[in-house]
Amino acid sequence: MSNSKKVLVVEDDPDCLDQVSLLLERAGFEVIRAQGRAQGEEALMRTRPDLAVLDLMMEEMDSGFVLCHEIKRLYPNTPVIVLTAVGSETGMDFKTTAGDAQSWIKAEVMLDKPVRPEQLDAAIKKLLAE
Amino acid sequence: MKELLKVLIVDDELGMRLAVERALRNYIVSLNDLDVEVGFTVIQTATGEQALSCVASEHPDIVLLDHKLPGISGIDVLREIQDDNADLLTIMITAYASLGMAIQATKLGAFDFLAKPFTPDELKSALRKASRHFVIQKQARQLAEEKRRIRFQFLTVLAHELKAPLAAIEGYLFILRDRLAGDDPAAYDRIVERSLTRIEGMRKLIFDLLDLTRIESGQKKRELAKIDLAESIQMGIETVLPAANERKIIVTLQTPGSFPLIADRGEIEIIINNLLSNAVKYNRDGGRVDVRVEERGSQLVFSVSDTGIGLTREECARLFGEFVRIKNEKTTHILGSGLGLSIVRRLARLYGGDATVTSKPEVGSTFTVTLERESAPIA
Repeated sequence: MSNSKKVLVVEDDPDCLDQVSLLLERAGFEVIRAQGRAQGEEALMRTRPDLAVLDLMMEEMDSGFVLCHEIKRLYPNTPVIVLTAVGSETGMDFKTTAGDAQSWIKAEVMLDKPVRPEQLDAAIKKLLAE
Repeated sequence: MKELLKVLIVDDELGMRLAVERALRNYIVSLNDLDVEVGFTVIQTATGEQALSCVASEHPDIVLLDHKLPGISGIDVLREIQDDNADLLTIMITAYASLGMAIQATKLGAFDFLAKPFTPDELKSALRKASRHFVIQKQARQLAEEKRRIRFQFLTVLAHELKAPLAAIEGYLFILRDRLAGDDPAAYDRIVERSLTRIEGMRKLIFDLLDLTRIESGQKKRELAKIDLAESIQMGIETVLPAANERKIIVTLQTPGSFPLIADRGEIEIIINNLLSNAVKYNRDGGRVDVRVEERGSQLVFSVSDTGIGLTREECARLFGEFVRIKNEKTTHILGSGLGLSIVRRLARLYGGDATVTSKPEVGSTFTVTLERESAPIA
């Protein structure tokens, strides 16, 4: 994994934001932290991240998806990981509808929360190798 | 609101069917207390057999059903249509009203009776009664539906609010397990501290939830007694004092004297503790919390003013809702279940009062609770 690539992390939970940032910094990335969608949008105006990790449910149920669309509009080549703990709450099952949902979600990877370090690592390796 | 009800008249006499249609054509029932105007469209059939297929295809709301029909009888039609359409309002039309028939029809679910011959006014009066029943039934159904929806929404948010701290704690445990926080022991201390804080938040949410459930269900036995509000406030102040001292916040009761009221001590403590702990939590370091009580007619007015971050008008408007937490960079590290103020308001209303807020961003907020001094007799 090449160093000092920029990763935008958007999370409204301060602890989860810390955790994901820590894991990414350990892996040698430069982390741009944003707590909530508004801060995330601001950061996007300033920089083009090489990768984005977004929480799904922030101010709104689908803040993460909205932000994901904006990233893809601005920077079509930036891969996006969306973190979710909402399967049971929204009734959305990302695993079985993967093909279909992917077309409008636009995120490359959906990861369950809490994020397991090894899963995040594996997902990032795969995305940045592509 | 307007309702258009579909009325099916089943009678083998053409004259009768036309008379009903004519009487109802421009008839409007105004149910002012329910805020509804009801109009009618009339469809008709001459036999019971036709009536059955018409009910199945046209779904009328009200059926005017002649008892004596050439083929299958009105009673048989009634039995079939009420079986399949429990909400259908059937008015039996009968020339020789016999008690036995009336009992049988009622058992089968007939809503009302009209004795032949009847005047247009008698018909309208029966339709008026049926319309009222129809509208009330419909509104009750909508209310039940709305309640189910709100309940589901509540549980959805609750699940999220419980899962968020779990995810945070679990995330920290992964980091601890794999020793990912580097070599500085302080980093691990911080992780443990944050985990404990999130657990505390979760516990608070669960306790608040139990309070809310008890208030909602009315199951908790209330122990009403004469208590002194000033005394409860003093106790509340002592509870928040350690947290206040730590941040050099001064908490005082500004109004001396005693303020008796009849209340459940536990409930009053929930109100006081919620407001006082909020006033400290959302204050600035070195700020003030001023508590005041005054008598106003039959009520006690209890207010808590802080010098904290304050709220915009828009935030004030939704503050007392369930799971409403004002999220911004200033509140992100402040723990809260999002239920406290909704509990305070429910309790205040239980005492014939209310809970309100006035606020100015960056200056502070004043929360005011009114309580009837004698909202309930001592048990």
